[in-house]
Amino acid sequence: MMDSQRNTKNLWVVIETEHGKAKHVGFELLNPGRKLADEMGESLVAVVIGCGVEKAANNAIALGADEVILIEGEEYYNYNTDCVSFALEQVIRKYGPITILIGATNNGRDYAPRVACRLRTGLTADCTDLSIDEDTGKMAWTRPAFGGNLMATILCPNTTPQMGTVRPGVFKKAVPDPERKGKIVREDIHLDPALVRTRIMETVKEVAAAVNLEEAEIIVSGGRGLGDPANFSYIRELADELGATVGSSRAAVDAGWIPHAHQVGQTGKTVAPKIYIACGISGAIQHLAGMSGSETIIAINTDPEAPIFKVADYGIIGDYKEIIPELLKAVRSRKETL
Amino acid sequence: MNILVCVKQVPDTTEIKIDPITRTLIREGVPSIVNTFDAYALEMAVRMKEAYGGKVTVISMGPQQARKALQTCIASGADQAYLLSDRSFGGSDTLATSYILAVSIGAIERRCNEKFDLIFCGKQAIDGDTGQVGPELAERLDYPQITYVSDVSIENGIIKAKRENDEGYDFITATLPAVITTVKTRYDLRLPSIKSIAASLKADIPTLTAADMDIDKEQCGLNGSPTKVVKTYTPVREKNGIMIKEETAAESAQKLLDMLADAKIM
Repeated sequence: MMDSQRNTKNLWVVIETEHGKAKHVGFELLNPGRKLADEMGESLVAVVIGCGVEKAANNAIALGADEVILIEGEEYYNYNTDCVSFALEQVIRKYGPITILIGATNNGRDYAPRVACRLRTGLTADCTDLSIDEDTGKMAWTRPAFGGNLMATILCPNTTPQMGTVRPGVFKKAVPDPERKGKIVREDIHLDPALVRTRIMETVKEVAAAVNLEEAEIIVSGGRGLGDPANFSYIRELADELGATVGSSRAAVDAGWIPHAHQVGQTGKTVAPKIYIACGISGAIQHLAGMSGSETIIAINTDPEAPIFKVADYGIIGDYKEIIPELLKAVRSRKETL
Repeated sequence: MNILVCVKQVPDTTEIKIDPITRTLIREGVPSIVNTFDAYALEMAVRMKEAYGGKVTVISMGPQQARKALQTCIASGADQAYLLSDRSFGGSDTLATSYILAVSIGAIERRCNEKFDLIFCGKQAIDGDTGQVGPELAERLDYPQITYVSDVSIENGIIKAKRENDEGYDFITATLPAVITTVKTRYDLRLPSIKSIAASLKADIPTLTAADMDIDKEQCGLNGSPTKVVKTYTPVREKNGIMIKEETAAESAQKLLDMLADAKIM
């Protein structure tokens, strides 16, 4: 887009919704989005695409958006690649934003490349850090690659919009200000149903409730070192006692011990809870890439050489089967004395 | 069913170590493999061929060494392979890569006088980790896409795929032709037999260069790449944490809780 066509709606955050509910990551991104927009002297615009999602639009304003572009329709109740790509493409062409942040969920990573390709612009995947490049004033997108072994900073210097997907759980949601005022602009965009090529036939839930690792304050994770899928009972019991969410390493998911929704790491979720407890997880780089941002890391492992101990604030060398029951006892007795 | 699988030869990133002094990646001695997720894509494609009949073609963009990855694919059930190799392709980001793949696919289709019904890609490469080439390729071809798929079947000329979501999975249908990107499958990869490996070494794997297709070099390589890597570094994750190993598990557990309480963490 030409500079002369620029208006003030320059930094966009797409708030992904599904089944009428916003995904947390979109709200998270309004926080760095606000700071970056201020730094660039631009407005922060949230784009909400969904069905019955006006509440999400209001939340976006409370969380820092100056303006919301709201696109509603029944076709957005379930996620659909063609419908969402079309809607986003249309508003980008109309308003010409300079920068777009999208949550790196499976859906975000599904439509973002489609839209970037349609607009022939650059997209940086799975970012974990955002800043403004001093020399060019462009967004500097930083992301892990090589399974978490390498960090790369990427610019999109010559095309707009500059787009990136950002991993959920990396940024914290701002404290909402219900008094904050902002404008909601409705856009009526509907792709011709004849051009919609995919359809959801059935949705199967593998987990009782959404596994909300990104928002968890405490995570207790288990890996292949548990030795047997049944031993996830130890992890669950400790998690229940602490009000924590259950996570896992890729190895345990690949072995079919636990659904993929629990996976933490480079190919799973990025998490940054207050406390992360790793049990029977050796600490492959791929896992560390997804959890090393946690405030306090506690590792329990029999192998004193396990790499997980390198990132741990507290490490217990020992068998989780002995340690967890003792931890439970100690936690319970502490609770009683308080 | 005429199936295409796009594969990438990658360093086995699980084998990569970081030099503790220079803090750079040690790539020497790291084996090159068929990208893990592409191997699952190939297995899914070969199973489809076995179930519905047809042919599996594999393409890979890369230097001549990538021929070895294509041989592995032939040994693992692919019928035909093409290497897409040209100096002008080097340095391509995902947008440029999707362009080269799309143009190459058109060239192969014309060469064989046959369209592909299904195109499989792994959900992401384990080196770049972007997951963008599959959807960008689908966009270039104007095909529907289903990403993060762990299983597929065909019913009445429509593909039905099991797609991972945050809480489980969806069954999604798409019209053909379509692009599918795959996660790890529930079934294991087949091990090539000695015989199939021997046959793969003799297989004719043509190289397609820019001259073999109607391609705009301005859209390839660094020229055609809107994203530029300006800096790389290895992350430092080491902390000098406290190690606890008391006489008994009870004592270790108690010590941990005391320390957490002292630090006002819990």
